Amino acid sequence: MIESYTRWIIRWKYLVVLASLAVVFAAAYGGQFLGFSNDYRMFFGENNPQLLSFEKMQATFNKNDNVLFVVTPKSEKVFTKETLAIIKDITHEAWQVPFSTRVDSITNYQHTIAEEDDLIVDDLVVDPNALTDDDLLRIQSVAINEPTLVHRLISPDSKYAGINVTVQLPGKALDEVPVTVAFARELKQKMLEKYPEVEIRLVGMAVMNNAFPEASQDDVATLYPLALGFIVLTLFVLLRGLSGTVATFIMIIMSIMTAMGLAGWSGILLSPPVMSAPIMILTMAIADAVHLLVTMRHELAIGKNKDDAMIESMRINFRPIFVTTLTTILGFLSLNFSDAPPFHDLGNIASMGVAAAFIFSITFLPAIVSILPASGKREVAGKQIMVKFGEFVIAKQKHLLIGNAIIIIGLASLVPLNELNDQFVNYFDESIEFRRDSDYAAEHLTGVYYIDYALGTGESGGISEPQYLANVDKFTQYLRAQPEVIHVQTISDTFKRLNKNMHGDDPAWQRLPEERELAAQYLLLYEMSLPYGLDLNNQIDIDKSATKVAVTIKTLTSNEVIAFDDAAVQWLEDNMPEISPYNGSPTIMFAHLGKRNINSMLIGTSIALVLISAVLIFFLGSLKYGFISLLPNLTPALAAFGIWGITVGQVGIGISIVTGMTLGIVVDDTVHFLSKYLRARREKGLNAEDAVRYAFNSVGLALLVTSIVLIAGFMIMAQSHFYLNSSMGLLTSVVIALALIIDLTFLPALLMRFSGESKTNTVTEQAGAK
Amino acid sequence: MNNKKNNAILNNALLIAVLLVSSSVTYAETPEEKGLAIAVESDKRDTGFADQTANMVMQLHNKHGDVSTRTIRIKTLEVIGDGDKSMSIFDKPADVKGTAFLTYSHALKPDEQWLYLPALKRVKRINSKNKSGPFMGSEFAYEDLASQEIEKYTYKYLRDENIKTEEFPNGIDCFVVERYPAYEHSGYTRQLAWVNKDRYIAEKIEFYDRKNTLLKTLTNNGYKQYLDQYWRPNEMMMQNHQNGKSTLLKWEGYKFKTGLSDKNFSRNSLKRAR
Repeated sequence: MIESYTRWIIRWKYLVVLASLAVVFAAAYGGQFLGFSNDYRMFFGENNPQLLSFEKMQATFNKNDNVLFVVTPKSEKVFTKETLAIIKDITHEAWQVPFSTRVDSITNYQHTIAEEDDLIVDDLVVDPNALTDDDLLRIQSVAINEPTLVHRLISPDSKYAGINVTVQLPGKALDEVPVTVAFARELKQKMLEKYPEVEIRLVGMAVMNNAFPEASQDDVATLYPLALGFIVLTLFVLLRGLSGTVATFIMIIMSIMTAMGLAGWSGILLSPPVMSAPIMILTMAIADAVHLLVTMRHELAIGKNKDDAMIESMRINFRPIFVTTLTTILGFLSLNFSDAPPFHDLGNIASMGVAAAFIFSITFLPAIVSILPASGKREVAGKQIMVKFGEFVIAKQKHLLIGNAIIIIGLASLVPLNELNDQFVNYFDESIEFRRDSDYAAEHLTGVYYIDYALGTGESGGISEPQYLANVDKFTQYLRAQPEVIHVQTISDTFKRLNKNMHGDDPAWQRLPEERELAAQYLLLYEMSLPYGLDLNNQIDIDKSATKVAVTIKTLTSNEVIAFDDAAVQWLEDNMPEISPYNGSPTIMFAHLGKRNINSMLIGTSIALVLISAVLIFFLGSLKYGFISLLPNLTPALAAFGIWGITVGQVGIGISIVTGMTLGIVVDDTVHFLSKYLRARREKGLNAEDAVRYAFNSVGLALLVTSIVLIAGFMIMAQSHFYLNSSMGLLTSVVIALALIIDLTFLPALLMRFSGESKTNTVTEQAGAK
Repeated sequence: MNNKKNNAILNNALLIAVLLVSSSVTYAETPEEKGLAIAVESDKRDTGFADQTANMVMQLHNKHGDVSTRTIRIKTLEVIGDGDKSMSIFDKPADVKGTAFLTYSHALKPDEQWLYLPALKRVKRINSKNKSGPFMGSEFAYEDLASQEIEKYTYKYLRDENIKTEEFPNGIDCFVVERYPAYEHSGYTRQLAWVNKDRYIAEKIEFYDRKNTLLKTLTNNGYKQYLDQYWRPNEMMMQNHQNGKSTLLKWEGYKFKTGLSDKNFSRNSLKRAR
């Protein structure tokens, strides 16, 4: 059937080539709809509880995506006329940043002082050039003693200052983030030219959002050429012929174009994880083509003509290629169980690409090979090595069985060394400016991770209640006593300051108002005095029933973040049982993402495992070998996580999908080895050892070569500047390498051990297999 | 910048004088002159009410669907030749009940504001050049609610436009006038006002922020005419387009010419205002 099919393809080869190209162009036309996602929220499904909590926070208070300008005067002195003038200028200009809704800095900080019966509310720095040395000292003393400012907009050593621009992105158009960041960068450049005496760095959530597409484009610029060079080289070495190389190269590009084009048609947005799909597709597609073309060369070498060689190759390879494609797709589809939508996209695009590669391998590839002149008739070298290795495995089978078992169990026991960790700033490596600037900001000025706590009283105006304010103040003190905390913004500070102002700036009154009405009226007075964009609506809800305490924390691992948050929530439960707190923060969202993702991927991976095993059982025609195949399919990932545990030790969402994804890939080795082993036993009636020998001889080299191709492909991904991709690529490479070792040493040993040959009953097994 | 604004104000004042004198003379108007003429006509038609009292209910809505209400009584005294005086007495929320807010608005000088805090039993002068922050946490800034003196803006007539509202599905013929705040610390670069051609009242105003993007839209609904002359809205809806919050002002109990005088608007009267 396959033979007549292949003849049909070869007869209509020109039509097949044209039809394939037409399909590719129709699919690739959808590529125009592809856009880059530039919102870190893309990593969260719409029902993610931490995201919902964060969105509630933003709907109740204001959104706080931001761009923070970190200003470093080369004089190391912020409190000079010159530097303050620069900060004031940047502050003024920053109101022009698109979507900006507020701008905070030490110069426009709304300083309050009492003068007789007036409450004077004004910018801390009004006219920098008119300042005397005394003024500068006074301003410095106000700024670095103001808890709202220090560690946020001014460093305690007065060497670094920040201008924080809050942006409200409507989320309607994809160009919002790039437009905002481009404007901020232009402003930075303009200011650097105007004021060469300062350095300026840009950090903040908006800048990070912009770094996602930038990291992706970086990857495209560096990794894609590498990957393409890699296929050309590999194909040329393997196939040693120009036409095979060209044919396969075109086929792979067609598969990628089809997959990415279909992604565009289905409205998928590009994200860094998605950008690794083309590399995965090309890696997978090479394997299909290599199997077909290597067999064809073998047939050519033994004297067949081109078309007959292709027909024979199709006959031999069609079923294994189909089954491995199917299992690979099942593995990739398991990514749909991930908690992070970009991985659904990755899984679906890779599945489409692998499917396309299969279809083009059995249509376009035979047709184009038939059109192009034949080349490279020599047999592939190196087959002898695998035959010798097979003999070694047979000789040492007991040692290998026990040795493998011990090593795998040993490595598996190291899996718990992995700690869950998703630090989103560290998703970008140091080659990316945003990462370097964020590290700089964290070192000198303020943290990049924050958690907001909404403390609701459930009562209109309840935030003015003295007991509530006292508790908020206690909570603030609790937070400030934690070593992880860099900065706390809290309304209780404002109340204390206002109370002092209302008592003629007497420091003795730097304490909370003792009556509810008094507090409420202070607040009213203060709010009436605040300018556009510097109001309290980001700290107080409209009903004055809840306040938001904003905590900036040091760079912590996910477990530390969760522990910190749990302790804070516990404190609130113990000390303020009457309020209903909730938190909202990207830090918390990412901290929980790894665990949520691993839990959801466990389900996805289990389902993929069941389906893949079913495919294997069906394909191998044997329940027993289906079960034996479980071991070499599952143990590589287990052992790889053990190695990861002692070397890297940190697992994030990029890693959490590896087991499911690689399952479909590592199965391929098992499929090829087992199918040859079983053919030897069933068709040729060989005993287990000879069947192993046969399998090594016929498929050993192909396994080695395809595994090396896969490892190399994923190692290219490991070079990504985006940690999710690089860690995923690296660990996948390790899994595939281990799968190769296990399939060539452990699986044969297992087969020989459980051959059912206990010297007598080979017959039973063969009957069972029918 | 400041100088420019002062010049603009001066020019404006001259123009107003010219217009008042020669309003019967017709000549080819520039858009600026026509814009100003519309403002002058609006002001003229609203002159002579002497004083006014009304009750205002303020409803704040946020994106999460929460609602919060404030109740305020407002008395206004018309001051010919300068900005009006007004007294706002807060009834709700309960925590600020009895708080009273006195304003002397001025054409060219910054407005003067005092707040009486009953819990402190003191009058505090608000010494701030900021008139652009949210009024009681709402989407209205003080400058949106303050007495709209002609000199507080410069004007430019843009076009005629018919706008349809729920109340007037057939549409209202309006002048569209752009106005630029003269006050340096205003939160806006400009406003677009849709002025009813028959009644010379604002049906809708768009507010543009410092970066000249649309920040808020005010829609005035349910206008009624009092004393056969003065149009007042029942509802004023302010929608903030950037943060998704909105504030609805509901007005009731408008009374005019109730015999209020300067005495009712003195700093001492603040403490007695209930």
